[in-house]
Amino acid sequence: MTDIPEKLADVIADMGSITDRNERAELLIETADRFDSVRVPSDVATKPYAEANRAPACESEAFVWAVDQPDGTLKYYFDVLNPQGLSAMAMCVILDETLSGQPLEQVAEVKSDIVFPLFGKDISMGKGAGLMGIVTLVQHEAKKRLG
Amino acid sequence: MASQIEERGYAHPEGLIATEWVAAHLNDSQVRVVESNEDPLLYPSGHIPGAVQVDWTHDLNDPLRRDYLNRAGFEALMSRIGVTPEMLIVFYGDKNNWWATYAFWVFQLFGHSNAKIMDGGRAKWEKESRELTREVPSFATTQYTAPERDDRVIRAFREQVLKHLEKQGQLVDVRSPAEYSGEKLHMPEYPQEGALRGGHIPGAKSVPWARAINPDDGTFKSAEELRQIYEGEQGLNPQAETIAYCRIGERSSHTWFVLKYLLGFSDVRNYDGSWTEWGNSVGLPIER
Repeated sequence: MTDIPEKLADVIADMGSITDRNERAELLIETADRFDSVRVPSDVATKPYAEANRAPACESEAFVWAVDQPDGTLKYYFDVLNPQGLSAMAMCVILDETLSGQPLEQVAEVKSDIVFPLFGKDISMGKGAGLMGIVTLVQHEAKKRLG
Repeated sequence: MASQIEERGYAHPEGLIATEWVAAHLNDSQVRVVESNEDPLLYPSGHIPGAVQVDWTHDLNDPLRRDYLNRAGFEALMSRIGVTPEMLIVFYGDKNNWWATYAFWVFQLFGHSNAKIMDGGRAKWEKESRELTREVPSFATTQYTAPERDDRVIRAFREQVLKHLEKQGQLVDVRSPAEYSGEKLHMPEYPQEGALRGGHIPGAKSVPWARAINPDDGTFKSAEELRQIYEGEQGLNPQAETIAYCRIGERSSHTWFVLKYLLGFSDVRNYDGSWTEWGNSVGLPIER
């Protein structure tokens, strides 16, 4: 049993089993290629974005929004202002595909250190902090709803 | 081409090279193009044809000590990427050449002075719709004999920074204003920035590193514009000993390049221990 959403647990398990850096990079690049599907629509936010939506410590300037759904869950949207911020884009896609529509209690339990099994333990300190900042903001939105 | 760079009035324009020149020398056997990025996914997603990747985590750092690779490690790296001591190395990368200048700086610790930064970096190359490939090149290994790493001239250590501070020497903090003020560490739910205390080294001038860049194309600002920022606004003296720092020494290597090559500061060192060392050290003074 897991206390985080099953979809996320599956992705972490899959990525965590990869030991080859190049294979991991290819998978993450393919994931980042789907970023347009999670990009924030204009009816949710337009530039310039509010600082409250900025992921802390993310050098690629990632932003996060959470839109309440009728079933009480959240749909997450993102933007990454650095067009070369592939890792941030991949992180956003993973978070949307695995956490949107999931029980808030479970989303709130997601730890920011999931970036290490996803991106590799040897990711740089700065890059890791930026990606964790995106996770933190997603988690924070769920916690806010739970009160 | 090179003349456009020379027209900007830099002290050492030879430290920069234009994208046009690089595009015209992709098959030059005496040139090795090196990509060094903040985002590790960029190189495998596409790079300049013939470019090799130098990753700071895997290639430039000692895996056990907080230090750079040693002479043997540098020689092995150069051999692996097929570089001889005579070859010109052109560095480029993402984030306005942030990590490219870091790699450039580390290479200077081993005296490979035949090196340049591609002005505008990866962003300019892409903006000009120049070719990118996913094909990773393979070069014959070389015999590269390097000198011992020389940390005396362009690198600063904690005790040296402390002495420099005590004699009121010039310091440049190139982090964001929020890091400089110490505000960032106090914000709720911020990830740990790797330091116990927020603030800056007493007396340091705040000049965020990216101010040296034209945001539209990632090229360096002209010497006149840079002089206005560093000397006009901040009153830095190009003849005085200067130490730049950031969080771990990577952003400050960018400013080190600007001060040394573009503005011709006579004595600039990069304090790579930076805030992750200074902000955690017992007994060292900070200012907010």
